[in-house]
Amino acid sequence: MKYFNNPEAFIRLVLSMQDGMTATLTIFALTLVFSIPLGMVIALLRMSKHRVVSAPISLYILVMRGTPLMLQLFAVYFAIPMFFGVNLDRMTATILAFSLNYAAYFAEIFRGGIMSIPVGQYEASSVLGFTPVQTFFHIVLPQVVKRVLLPVSNEVITLVKDTSLANIIAVSELFRAAKNEASRVASVEPLFVAGLFYLLMNGAVTLFFSWLNNRFAYYKD
Amino acid sequence: MLQVQNVAKAFGTQDVLRGVSLRVSRGEVVAIIGRSGSGKSTLLRCINHLETIDSGSIIIGGEAMAQSDASGRAVYKKDAELRRICLKMGLVFQDYNLFPHYSVLKNLVMPQVMVLGRSRAQAKEKALALLEKVGLADKADEYPCNLSGGQCQRVAIARALAMDPEILCFDEPTSALDPQLTHEVLSVIRQLADEQRTMIVVTHEMNFARDVADRVIYMEDGVIVEDGPAQQVLGSERSAAVRAFVGESGY
Ligand SMILES: Nc1ncnc2c1ncn2[C@@H]1O[C@H](COP(=O)(O)OP(=O)(O)O)[C@@H](O)[C@H]1O
Ligand SMILES: [Mg+2]
Repeated sequence: MKYFNNPEAFIRLVLSMQDGMTATLTIFALTLVFSIPLGMVIALLRMSKHRVVSAPISLYILVMRGTPLMLQLFAVYFAIPMFFGVNLDRMTATILAFSLNYAAYFAEIFRGGIMSIPVGQYEASSVLGFTPVQTFFHIVLPQVVKRVLLPVSNEVITLVKDTSLANIIAVSELFRAAKNEASRVASVEPLFVAGLFYLLMNGAVTLFFSWLNNRFAYYKD
Repeated sequence: MLQVQNVAKAFGTQDVLRGVSLRVSRGEVVAIIGRSGSGKSTLLRCINHLETIDSGSIIIGGEAMAQSDASGRAVYKKDAELRRICLKMGLVFQDYNLFPHYSVLKNLVMPQVMVLGRSRAQAKEKALALLEKVGLADKADEYPCNLSGGQCQRVAIARALAMDPEILCFDEPTSALDPQLTHEVLSVIRQLADEQRTMIVVTHEMNFARDVADRVIYMEDGVIVEDGPAQQVLGSERSAAVRAFVGESGY
């Protein structure tokens, strides 16, 4: 042990991995920012009555959930420049691939939530004169949020750990930084520091979701 | 006030309404009775535009929500106008359908604000007056999940009234309730009848139909078989069909 028994060296080690932590947090945060709204849009399109809309969306969800995220990362990073002639930097490619992938998972969670809302809620809204848009945003969506908190928290926890996949297209996120540092100093301890950081992030995620859960506990459905 | 003319409605190959016509005048209370599956709910749902009719006309307060064209097919008004006409109708469901994420007060306030464009203060004043009327003023800040079935149904009635409908419909408003709670809901409806509100009530409560309704309609297999003053349809001179139905329902 070089670091875990020496607070000063430990802090220096953590600081040397700071950029990696920032990159990991960035991938995490931006993926959520893009994939949650996108997931809602995909869920609604998936539920369209028109098969020309719902069928391609089903295929999209199948591909995104049915192939490895690692492969999708490669595909976005290498195939997009090849076919579209635009170069994506590593970070952009990562966030794009992650957002497209997680949106598919969120879409299915949201779809399940929307379908679980009793038809009577729509009928009451209609009789009271709400437009479909008012019904969705004021009646359906708030109830869906409460119902999907648990599965969404599962996805978010998985995302924290999945950010480490970005190292395969050489994004300098935390896992890569830890690997590099481990070989530089010939110790596995940097990897444990990374592990600790993922654990702390997920501790925060867990706290956040239990707070949200409490905020929605004011009614039972 | 309400005119339903020759309305037909099928679900797939099953004809559920087969040429239903009825008129309801202002201040009238009409009870609709009949066996389960006879099309009572479907009729109410068509009048409230939760189902679309295949042919015939529905005219509310002189304005056609749907009107049959030359071929007899029902043609509906367009979105905004249709919604405006439908606002003349109110519907209370068997299972209340309150919004669980809103407090009782908000259940009454939000529709007024969002649909009728009333100010929050105005809507709240109206809501509180109506909760007072149905005896639930002290429950304004509760959530529906903390209320009994009878209380939920009274909130649902108040919510419907808050929109100032010209005609209020009830689809078996007490079927989900035990006798004690049934009584508290029926007495609210009775009070509304005393205030000369126009109402259409689908019900299994024969005593209620006889005592409160001005007119009773008996439906069978998607058609109106009897339509007349309560005393005539349910009284000692009642027809064989009604006699058989009423006998089954143990009245
Ligand atoms: N959405 C629907 N799809 C198919 N059939 C329906 C639907 N709603 C009602 N029905 C059928 O229509 C008939 C009349 O139903 P309903 O109007 O609910 O009768 P009631 O309210 O008198 O019991 C029943 O046979 C029922 O099965
Ligand atoms: Mg019914």
